[in-house]
Amino acid sequence: MIYEATFEATAVFAVFVAITLALSFYLGSRAKSSKGYFTAHGEIPWFVNGIAFAGDYLSAASFLGICGMIAFYGYDGFLYSIGYLAGWVVALFVIAEPLKRLGKFTFADALDAKFNSRGIKLAAGISTLAVSIFYLIPQMVGAGVLIQPLLGLEHWHGVVIVGTVVIIIVVSAGMVSTTWVQFLKGSLLVIFSAVLTLMILARGFETSPGGGDRHVFASVGPVGGRLIPTENVKQYENSGDWPEMPVVRLEDPATNSKSVWHVELADIQQLPAFYESTVLPLEGNWRNKPFVRIQNNATGAITVWSIAGRQGDALMIHEAQYRTITSEGKELVNGVLKGDEKGEPELYPVGTVTRLPDGKDKTGPLGPLEFFRTLQNSEVMLWGSTTISDSAGESTVYFQKPTPGSHVLRPGEHPRFAGIRKKEPVEKLNFLSLMLALFCGTASLPHILIRYYTVKDAQSARKSTIVGIGSIGFFYILTLYLGLGAMTSGSMDVTNSNMAAPLLAKSMNEWLFAIISAIAFTTVLGTVSGLILASAGAVTHDLIQSVLKIELNDQQQVRVAKIASVVVGAVAILLGILFQDLNVSYLVGWAFSVAASANLPALVTILFWKGVTRQGVVAGITVGMTSSLAWILLSADTFTKVYGLSADSAIVPFSQPGIVTIPLGFVTLIVVSLLTRKP
Amino acid sequence: MEKRNSRIGLVLFGIYLVLYGGFVLLNAFSPETMEKTPMAGVNLAILYGFGLIIAALVLALLYGWLCKSDDSEVTERGVDE
Repeated sequence: MIYEATFEATAVFAVFVAITLALSFYLGSRAKSSKGYFTAHGEIPWFVNGIAFAGDYLSAASFLGICGMIAFYGYDGFLYSIGYLAGWVVALFVIAEPLKRLGKFTFADALDAKFNSRGIKLAAGISTLAVSIFYLIPQMVGAGVLIQPLLGLEHWHGVVIVGTVVIIIVVSAGMVSTTWVQFLKGSLLVIFSAVLTLMILARGFETSPGGGDRHVFASVGPVGGRLIPTENVKQYENSGDWPEMPVVRLEDPATNSKSVWHVELADIQQLPAFYESTVLPLEGNWRNKPFVRIQNNATGAITVWSIAGRQGDALMIHEAQYRTITSEGKELVNGVLKGDEKGEPELYPVGTVTRLPDGKDKTGPLGPLEFFRTLQNSEVMLWGSTTISDSAGESTVYFQKPTPGSHVLRPGEHPRFAGIRKKEPVEKLNFLSLMLALFCGTASLPHILIRYYTVKDAQSARKSTIVGIGSIGFFYILTLYLGLGAMTSGSMDVTNSNMAAPLLAKSMNEWLFAIISAIAFTTVLGTVSGLILASAGAVTHDLIQSVLKIELNDQQQVRVAKIASVVVGAVAILLGILFQDLNVSYLVGWAFSVAASANLPALVTILFWKGVTRQGVVAGITVGMTSSLAWILLSADTFTKVYGLSADSAIVPFSQPGIVTIPLGFVTLIVVSLLTRKP
Repeated sequence: MEKRNSRIGLVLFGIYLVLYGGFVLLNAFSPETMEKTPMAGVNLAILYGFGLIIAALVLALLYGWLCKSDDSEVTERGVDE
């Protein structure tokens, strides 16, 4: 899609970001002048601290990624919401109180107090660095996503801008994201999401044949298909020599049987809609696909259509969209050169309800449960995508997938989670692995638990955690409404799921869009600068001073920290650009996996097991961290979305490492501890 | 008294683990069950999901309330500061 900046959006955005930054600097400088970071926070009221929990935890990634995944695939994105919140329960009930009893604030502190060993500092420093960088990737991707529709820039511009701004802030001033700023951001994010949800409910559902730009996606037909006998299918599969016509695979939901059909090009050519066009024979990788390519005789432009239907019914031909990156690097949309300004060729916005219960075409305002009940009995148009490369370049075809509402509201529609609908237990591992990592991850993230100690006593700490869980939970309930609202808003960009929430807000109101983007953007700035500071600290304190035993005076320390910030910032920018095609929530899932695999075994054993040894901790952290990182880099998702290789060449059987690497970390730690235990 | 708090914590954690584990296993091994609409025409996936979020809050409240009676710790911390 083409994104253009509007004046009001840019203005609101600029004002908002300026105020937050000014406030951060002001409060940050005051915090420094007082007795110190933690004592200054000792005066924070528990309620404010609780909302600040939400401000800390609800990064832009939760907001953008979860809404996007729900908008494109339905219920599956909500599984992340549930997992992220569950992680809090682990953190509060199991880790926070015992850790406080040790009198320590973080994982690294606790390790240090118990062993005071260089090996452990090295391992903990590297794992802090690895987790921070992995957590930075989704934040950077999210930053690019926010900048794009707001200021009309390319994704990588956004990433570079955010990276540079944060590096400048950190290097020149060192921004401490204070409790009050996080309180402000947290409450604004929750309040405006609630406003957006109320607007979604007030708008209700309306059927529409196309998106918000009034482009109507055509459906042509019916056309007759011919069954390909099973032995011929086998023959084609073996030789790879499929006929030059569309091939459609149909499923009979009643008997669960599958059959393969083809459609004669001549039958398609005879349809009145295509009198002025030529149906092209399918060559190369376009064969064995349910697509047909049609060339307009007047303009010469080629459009792509998809063929779908139910077994027993006639097949219909639906207008698809496609984007081609030619071998010369040009970008084509639907066969013509993509424009730069509104009104010029671009992919059409999508996301509509195609059928409502009782044949209505508009529901009017809906109640919170009525919303789900109505959707359950409706039909929505989701979009699938396939990438095909041919002599012209690489094309991604986006095709219509009419989907019953009951399927949208059930788990397992996302291709990565589709395994739960298969019979083989091995297919379910990716899902189980993710849910385990989310459950264990929160307590293992280095920067999350700190806030538990920033109020005056234990009772206030508990109270603020309860407020935190309440506001975070409320927000996560809203994500389901926001995602489904986006799904049916007619304004989705088929190429990018991360864009769903901002585009939903834009379809409602330009001002609201600007405010929500600004809140999300400042959240990114805060999170990114916090993470960069944490990594710089790990490099200066843990790695250089404690491990290499290099004495640094104050000035040198600051200089090393600044250099480290610039390097980490540059790495984050690079990774943010490389990983831009992945849903940000999926990336956060990975960060949680690395954190849980590297840190949780050490954290839990230190708190609950007396037999733990120094060597055991070092081995556990190292093995947990390297195995989870290696697993991610060798997974099918990284292969396809980052390296541009095929998913089949991936080395590990599923993408989420947690279910293997978390137990592996525990086993390593325990075995090594037992072996090195002093008699 | 702190022992008592951490025992309460672990018990509540156990309860939540069962609820969360049930949700995950039901999703993984019997996704059809999640499609049933037992109440108000809303399916089990949504009801259970919302239920888990509400349960987290209820357990946290319970934790705060059970530990609240624990005065000694508060005064002890108060003296520290």
